[in-house]
Amino acid sequence: MKLQDDIIYFDNAATSFPKPDGVAGSVLRYINAVGGNPGRSGHEKSFEAGDILFSVREKCADLLGITNPMRVIFTLNATDALNTAIKGLARHGDHFITTSMEHNSTIRPLKALEDAGIIELTVLQCGTDGFVCPDHIEDAIQENTRAAVINHGSNVAGTVQPLGAIGSLCKKNNIFFIADCAQTAGIIDIDMTGMNIDLLAFAGHKGLYGPTGTGGLVISDSFDYSCLSPLRHGGTGSLSDSIEQPGFLPDRFESGTPNVAGIAGLLEGLSFIEDIGGTAKIRSHKRDLVDYFFSSAEGLDGFRALNSSENIQTGVVSFNIDGSESAETAMVLSDDYGIMCRAGLHCAPLAHKTMGSFTHGTVRFSFGIFNSRKEIDRALEALQDISERVGS
Amino acid sequence: MNSYAAVLFFSTNYAIWTSRVLKKHNIQGKMIPIPRHLSSDCGYCVRINAADADTVTGLLKSNSIEYDRIETIS
Repeated sequence: MKLQDDIIYFDNAATSFPKPDGVAGSVLRYINAVGGNPGRSGHEKSFEAGDILFSVREKCADLLGITNPMRVIFTLNATDALNTAIKGLARHGDHFITTSMEHNSTIRPLKALEDAGIIELTVLQCGTDGFVCPDHIEDAIQENTRAAVINHGSNVAGTVQPLGAIGSLCKKNNIFFIADCAQTAGIIDIDMTGMNIDLLAFAGHKGLYGPTGTGGLVISDSFDYSCLSPLRHGGTGSLSDSIEQPGFLPDRFESGTPNVAGIAGLLEGLSFIEDIGGTAKIRSHKRDLVDYFFSSAEGLDGFRALNSSENIQTGVVSFNIDGSESAETAMVLSDDYGIMCRAGLHCAPLAHKTMGSFTHGTVRFSFGIFNSRKEIDRALEALQDISERVGS
Repeated sequence: MNSYAAVLFFSTNYAIWTSRVLKKHNIQGKMIPIPRHLSSDCGYCVRINAADADTVTGLLKSNSIEYDRIETIS
């Protein structure tokens, strides 16, 4: 058992760790001192819980470029938000467009709808560099195309798709645009209004530094949400005399008691981003770590990166060491060196196929704001050992 | 004795939003359980001074805050 101080955590694309100071305290404070079910009762504890939720809605709206905080819908995670967006929009006979760089959070709900005979699906092949050509999206649009669902930042390759260009052509062709920003919210600047994004899914526990179990669906200011069916129905604390689901936001899409404890932590995570100087500061730190890693790693015998350093914008580096399977490399890194990373296919089989790393997968280091060059030095030494051990 | 009005919303989320906006503009607003004679709902509303009703209506509109109605209460 290694001491916590010896651990190096390079798995921030799965969930960020450690969380900033204040996140755990905020969760604890809600549980121990606030309590209360937001919007359910007329007492002070309920107000305070509701106030926490509102603060997070306001910060997310501001971060993602919309004005109405009620259009920030809390979900379990980004997958839950994507399911709400995709299944909520899909009607019999609709056509959806997506890409070969998607995570299973997008591909699986789309495939399930296709297999059930509800929608037609076009999966656009991206280049081996991981980028989708916006013109190809336009070429794929049919009479019955309902929406394009596009991954912003790849959890495999760290590439970032041109959402602004894609949004413009979706708007021009009168189709909806759903953006999966699980890997980019809190890292890359996102302006839903300027980028013409109708629906956006984010994870609260990755780049926004909240606890797991937090995420959201953001609905643009101009989107007519009456055409989006809720995934769940139930109690909202509003219109209690009615057995019909409320039509207004956020209640239309938020049934049941929300994860207030987690969202209280998310509030601190969002404040942390503001306090350290915003997303630009986080980007530049990740850029520095990626460049630093590549400057030495490229000299290692048998080191093969999936992607070039300049195409990586989210601190995600995928690679293999010749002669060592990705799962084996990750296990040795964990067991012998205390380096936590993720190996395999990263829930994104199509992305690995696109980039030529299916079925063997890759080792993925995903750097975070709390990682340092010193930690990368240690990781490079470990990779050097592994490389020598396998005789590359 | 002050005369009050209650701003009623379809969702308590909007009551919280309104409280924040009123605070920013130094207008008195207190979250209270919705009086039973006004609604059978289980949430809360924002109690304001009746004299501020027009100003509050203006703020609700300028901030695009959806609300149900404003009722005078004792």
